Amino acid sequence: MKFTTMAATVALAIGITGAQAEPVKVGMITTLSGGGAGLGIDVRDGFMLAVKQAGNPDLEVIVEDDQRKPDIAVQLADKMVQSEKVDVLTGIIWSNLAMAVVPSVTAQGKFYLSPNAGPSALAGKGCHPNYFNVAWQNDNLHEAAGAYAKETGYKNSFILAPNYPAGKDALTGYKRFYGGDLAGEIYTKLGQTDYAAELAQIRASGADSVFFFLPGGMGISFLKQYADSGIDLPVVGPAFSFDQGILQAVGDAALGVKNTSQWNKDIDNEANKAFVEAFQAEYGRLPSLYASQGYDTANLLLSAMAKADVKDADAFRAALKEADFASTRGDFKFGPNHHPIQDIYVREVIKEGDVFTNKILAAALTDHADAYAGECSM
Amino acid sequence: MSFLLLIEQVLNGLQFGIMLFLMAAGLTLIFGVMGLINLAHGSLYMIGAFCAAAVAAATGSFLLGLVAALAGAAAAGALVELVVIRRLYDKDHLDQVLATFALILIFSEGTRWVFGSFPLFLDVPDFLSGPVTLPGGIEYPLYRLALIVVGLLVALGLYLLISRTRLGIQIRAGENDREMIAALGIDIAKLYTIVFALGAALAGLAGALVGAIQSVQVGMGEPVLILAFVVIVIGGIGSIKGALVGAILVGLTDTLGGIFLPEALKLFLDPSTATSVGSSLASMAIYILMAAVLILRPAGLFGARA
Repeated sequence: MKFTTMAATVALAIGITGAQAEPVKVGMITTLSGGGAGLGIDVRDGFMLAVKQAGNPDLEVIVEDDQRKPDIAVQLADKMVQSEKVDVLTGIIWSNLAMAVVPSVTAQGKFYLSPNAGPSALAGKGCHPNYFNVAWQNDNLHEAAGAYAKETGYKNSFILAPNYPAGKDALTGYKRFYGGDLAGEIYTKLGQTDYAAELAQIRASGADSVFFFLPGGMGISFLKQYADSGIDLPVVGPAFSFDQGILQAVGDAALGVKNTSQWNKDIDNEANKAFVEAFQAEYGRLPSLYASQGYDTANLLLSAMAKADVKDADAFRAALKEADFASTRGDFKFGPNHHPIQDIYVREVIKEGDVFTNKILAAALTDHADAYAGECSM
Repeated sequence: MSFLLLIEQVLNGLQFGIMLFLMAAGLTLIFGVMGLINLAHGSLYMIGAFCAAAVAAATGSFLLGLVAALAGAAAAGALVELVVIRRLYDKDHLDQVLATFALILIFSEGTRWVFGSFPLFLDVPDFLSGPVTLPGGIEYPLYRLALIVVGLLVALGLYLLISRTRLGIQIRAGENDREMIAALGIDIAKLYTIVFALGAALAGLAGALVGAIQSVQVGMGEPVLILAFVVIVIGGIGSIKGALVGAILVGLTDTLGGIFLPEALKLFLDPSTATSVGSSLASMAIYILMAAVLILRPAGLFGARA
């Protein structure tokens, strides 16, 4: 009797480790050099923090730099799938790179967990059972900005974004919830650093507000030049031009600007407090939303690894779909197209001591899902 | 589209062109005198911006930052010339491109290593911030006006340097016949180092000036480098005058094209298609300009040699 119990325990133990011990190899392709490096580094650092905290010996992560170039991202993905034999890919920041990589790796049976890019093409008709977006569908933060603009009573917005997939998603998203007139709509060049021409158009347009989506260095340039131009229309934008990494470079020009984000360091839950503290202790800086997305992506992966074997694709997919992890955003679940259903907040840029950061004002949209879920059949 | 808006856009194009001139002048000088294609010129632009940002942050003075940018970029230029570039003069252009491309990677990663991956803060100084009202009621940022003035002063200074000084004579002689001036007893190695440092200092100055209204970050020099090459191809390789005219042409084409192409297309397309087709065409405008110039004048507008 005792022997059988013991045997059963052993069998159970073997059974459990059998599910876990199959190592999971993760290939992270992200931007670590060039203009957009701050974003990729934050995603990587957030991801690796969660990996380190979990201390799971069965998880191996390979990190490679895509230099923000689609051709390099494709080469890296091929290498990771064919010679490194990874099970899961993640890490891509930019939508144009995601469009070049994701459809091909998911078609080869690999899982892709997106810690940032969420192009509409992958959320609607192009959705895939093995593609999970842990950040947002591209339109989401812009939809929240549109909702905020409508609520605040803006009637005549001037809107601008770079000419690439995420830029188009941005303006579409804003317009979907905003509902007012447009004083102007401009697509700028991706990577553009001088906005004098656009600012002159804004000034001449008679707009009552400005919405812009210019991630990274483009946003820094725009905000500095906006402040210097003497135009004093209210500005609203998604968090991408107001994240922790770039606020210090914008300085006073960003103070008081309203921006929308699914995450902020003051969201009140245990997971988030622990994350902000651990991130600061590990890297000596405040985390950005990108870091929180990387951290959540790793924790999602770890939660699925605890439940299923990655070689059993159906079980692993089901485990991912449950999203059974403590997100830094609080409530988090996946919609039918494997994109998040989550709250999106309006934040304001403030100065805490010497450091520029954000505080949450209110929720702009609650339990918000994306507009493309209905087009997805899987 | 009002007349005032047009004037403001012309000023914007002029300012953009003049900043491009600072980059292109150094590039064309180095190519003209030494026959060297320096892809790392954009890195010197970045070094200027980072020196300015670091010194301005430490001292609180933008002007000291500018001095630091000039000194830092010139020193980096001289060092690179002595250590690396000097070995490339008698190599063919492919070797030069490869070696200076390697320098881009080294400078980028080196800068990241020293300053981190996040953009630095560099702001317009208080005495130049905010808009001024120009005759006709145009509100225009004072800092951009200052950029135009500084750029034109530099252009004038370069003109005087090259046409009126002993160094200028040596530079012009070097452009015409390198072996001969060496044979005449001029220390050609020293001349090369000086020219390279001068070109680097101009790039550094441009980086620092532009850094105050843009973002100071790793990799900021490469997009400008491409435009600077377009400028010197249009202007004629080796010609400072060509660089000035080419830079202003590129600046105006780029700025005005970005405004008027979408507007013009709106006359016969629906607005959102016109906007996206127009902005795509506008990004191509300067390259179309370059192609047109090359068809009409294969050596560029002021090029001496093909």
